[in-house]
Amino acid sequence: MSELTALTLATARDGLKKKDFSAVELADAHLVAIEKARALNAYVLETPERAHAMAKAADARIAAGKAGPLEGIPIAVKDLFATEGVRTTACSHILDNFVPTYESTVTSQLWRDGAVLLGKTNNDEFAMGSSNETSHFGPVTSPWRRKGSNVPLVPGGSSGGSAAAVAAHLCLGATGTDTGGSIRQPAAFTGTVGIKPTYGRCSRWGIVAFASSLDQAGPFARTVRDAAILLRSMAGPDPKDTTSADLPVPDYEAAVGQSVKGLRIGIPKEYRLDGMPAEIEKIWQQGCDWLKAAGAELVSVSLPHTKYALPAYYIVAPAECSSNLARYDGVRYGLRVPGGDIRDMYERTRASGFGAEVRRRIMIGTYVLSAGYYDAYYLRAQKVRTLIRRDFEACFKAGVHAMLTPATPSAAFGVGEKGQADPVEMYLNDVFTVTVNMAGLPGIAVPAGLDAQGLPLGLQLIGRPFDEETLFAAAHVIEQAAGHFKPKPWW
Amino acid sequence: MSVDAATVRRIAHLARIAVEEGEVEHLQGELNAMLAFVEQLSEVNVEGVEPMTSVTPMAMKKRHDVVTAGDDAAAVLKNAPESADNFFLVPKVVE
Repeated sequence: MSELTALTLATARDGLKKKDFSAVELADAHLVAIEKARALNAYVLETPERAHAMAKAADARIAAGKAGPLEGIPIAVKDLFATEGVRTTACSHILDNFVPTYESTVTSQLWRDGAVLLGKTNNDEFAMGSSNETSHFGPVTSPWRRKGSNVPLVPGGSSGGSAAAVAAHLCLGATGTDTGGSIRQPAAFTGTVGIKPTYGRCSRWGIVAFASSLDQAGPFARTVRDAAILLRSMAGPDPKDTTSADLPVPDYEAAVGQSVKGLRIGIPKEYRLDGMPAEIEKIWQQGCDWLKAAGAELVSVSLPHTKYALPAYYIVAPAECSSNLARYDGVRYGLRVPGGDIRDMYERTRASGFGAEVRRRIMIGTYVLSAGYYDAYYLRAQKVRTLIRRDFEACFKAGVHAMLTPATPSAAFGVGEKGQADPVEMYLNDVFTVTVNMAGLPGIAVPAGLDAQGLPLGLQLIGRPFDEETLFAAAHVIEQAAGHFKPKPWW
Repeated sequence: MSVDAATVRRIAHLARIAVEEGEVEHLQGELNAMLAFVEQLSEVNVEGVEPMTSVTPMAMKKRHDVVTAGDDAAAVLKNAPESADNFFLVPKVVE
């Protein structure tokens, strides 16, 4: 690891400003690291030429005194964000050769602020997965390994490539998307910080859609401060997304270091699952103690509909996915497999272009929306969703500012270990994160320690709508107490 | 509720996904595992509960009814598998 890839985003920003090094040098150091780390399969497309051109332009703006807030900062972008002129596949065979003629709003704001694109990162196909194993480009291998073991581990998913790239110092930060936990779960598995902001905080325009009422973009970084810096650039209203909130974006970095004295942190009793590993229980208690020591008040709260969030999600998300993915028909873009007639062409194209997990979810979604089943499944799930949100609202109304929970029910598992026989086994990974998407709330995962096998464990903080600032402040307290965790390079 | 083989074929058809006869049984098992998992929702009392229609309570934004983008057939067709004269080409649908 070179000196430049060891920096945090904030220190790199300050170094660039003081001209200690150039944006081109910073980009080059990362491109070298990426090339050496190909065994991780974190990037599905490296863009060294674009990185050079963007870094050169950044250096020119720095020299001219016109630097933006992210000027010269090299980042990675999940392959779910449309990038103009740069292949965007959602890691699906059906979009193999898709080169967008437009840029997603979130990435366009990152470039507006001076960031530099290093490449596109791997993810579960159409963001459907919790281990990055459903990608058409193959799984990502986590930079983390169990103590004394060579068994390849998953980085989590769906934003597994972004999480691995940040953890392995292959970028200073990365974008992700989170529909049921796809930022927070991989962040927890890789010892990185990941935040899913409130639904509507970031524009969804130009992001390959999975489940439109749940999808949100957010950043990965190695520190809470770095995540705060990135989110400020990514967030904001967008006339092209009618669900984006017309609210000013606060200076999130200013929240980092704010006191949590007097904050009321809820501890939801329903998150204490039967058979939860003792280490998860322990790290959760540790988090409580740290926040308490920093002056926060801990209160036990109840979210009675918690256990129904995951089953309701597996109706709502597939239903929306079956509708969103209807557009991949071999006509306007993407793969086309010829057939006897147009229907045959549609069916062959979709059978060949979608992987097994995506086909399964489209079919479930089609079923729950089909005539005669809509009320029993979809409508009921949306009513349950209202109840889930009401649970949170009642706690917030009672004066709770944020909640602390584990981020995942376990540490990272091995490639090929889960979900082979029963897809539901894999879905259970998102048991603590999915409630937050169902209620549209912000949630942050922050590294809190290592388990006995030396693997990172994360904690999750859940906030009130559009109050990401409290999450950054509280996450920073945990980060200060827990420290930072770095995988030992083996690649 | 669970699905039989005929329903699996019907769903596949509705979803426009070709399914080989040999895949039906496996898919049926997977879909039924998911349906069994979501079955627990039937125990929730949803009497009088409004279904969620807006994730964050906000009024639907409306934009002015004017042209904001368009008139760029080349960009629209750029990724098309087959096109000619600014049209997408598909297999014949009308005899």
